[in-house]
Amino acid sequence: MTEERKFRDPVLANRIAEKIRSVAPKNDTIKICHVCGTHEWIISHYGIRSLLPKNVEIIAGPGCPVCIVPAAEIDEAVNLALKGVTIACFGDVLRVPGSEISLLDAKARGADVTVVYSAMDAVRIAKGNPGKDLVFFAIGFETTAPSTAVEVIKKPPKNLSFLISHRLIPPAMEFMLGIGDLHIDAFIAPGHVSTIIGLEPYEIFPKVYRMPTIIAGFEPLDILIAIYMALKQISEHKAILENEYKRAVTWRGNIKAKALMSRTFRVVNGAWRGLGRLPDSALKLMDDFIEYDAREKYGVKIERGRDILPGCQCHLVIIGKIKPTECPLFMKACTPQKPIGSCMVSSEGTCRIWARNMLPYFAH
Amino acid sequence: MCLAVPAKILEINGDLAKVDFSGGVMREVNIMLVDARVGDYVLVHAGYAIQVLDEKEAEETLMLWREIMEIKDAGAP
Repeated sequence: MTEERKFRDPVLANRIAEKIRSVAPKNDTIKICHVCGTHEWIISHYGIRSLLPKNVEIIAGPGCPVCIVPAAEIDEAVNLALKGVTIACFGDVLRVPGSEISLLDAKARGADVTVVYSAMDAVRIAKGNPGKDLVFFAIGFETTAPSTAVEVIKKPPKNLSFLISHRLIPPAMEFMLGIGDLHIDAFIAPGHVSTIIGLEPYEIFPKVYRMPTIIAGFEPLDILIAIYMALKQISEHKAILENEYKRAVTWRGNIKAKALMSRTFRVVNGAWRGLGRLPDSALKLMDDFIEYDAREKYGVKIERGRDILPGCQCHLVIIGKIKPTECPLFMKACTPQKPIGSCMVSSEGTCRIWARNMLPYFAH
Repeated sequence: MCLAVPAKILEINGDLAKVDFSGGVMREVNIMLVDARVGDYVLVHAGYAIQVLDEKEAEETLMLWREIMEIKDAGAP
């Protein structure tokens, strides 16, 4: 059996599912919240919810970095693009709605918007086109922010600047616990964010909020084991921080990446689509790098935008308050081909994932 | 965007490395964020290696799972 197959072993999966059923409380409704688009994809794609007792619910928190970019920041990128600045962005961002139009709409109107695979590609374009004003639209959580830091710290060519829209996961998890009627019983924390930040930033959840918190990897068995670990803690009335993803996550995380981030960014309050401003949840370039801050360079700063279009329920889907299927637009007016809300745009958006994995049902 | 894919480092050239995502998919990635050597498995996210995977921990995880789940033939294929 290859290494990958070992982490998808069906015999072991069935055994874990049995253990989950035996350890899960029989009567209480249990809500386990994950905060990662890739976790949602694994859970939906492998039908993990179907293996759980009916009273155990897995909800998706604000873990899709594309979905949570507020309209105001899309508007900033659109504004720059329409002024003649070239925008380099990740592919998923293209169709995310701004208050009026998306970057793809701007491109259709003649703006220069180019898709890149990494921040490194944006630097290459800037170096190869010294006469071109280029802005890299830097979105993503702690997993992606270090790569922006790497390029900023190397002082790239002056024709490149950065529209920073990075966000931080632990403040969003804390925000989730403040939503009175969500009643979360445990967290499954995102493995890839944790490779960078380590375990320490999650300590607050068991210590202050008495919330079982498990860092999980990305194979189906990782998720099943994490659910089992969470349920076991709940049944034993414990609240501990546990690391299921030891092969990639250490207590201190990626020290090199964290050091680069703290030299490049400072932590500020930041808006999340449909959720408002969350304290200490966003990154801004340090003053030493102000010449690379696109907002400063071009004088673009949009404070408010229209995050949610009429009828769209993305603000409720993003916090796991409702399932995509409870949105009246889901797979009717809002489809992967013609998305209305950001959750249907990104391949890590909960609506898009559900649409893709439920397509056979909608075909009939 | 949160997606990171494991890959094996084949060659290192300064801050860049040629990696194999298995199945013949090769790519050049930036390794400035990690201390990696040829032969290591790294997690690659948006063109950057973000962590070196610990093969020993991976094996121990599998063993531990089987132990927790009381599967007697630990280590069987």
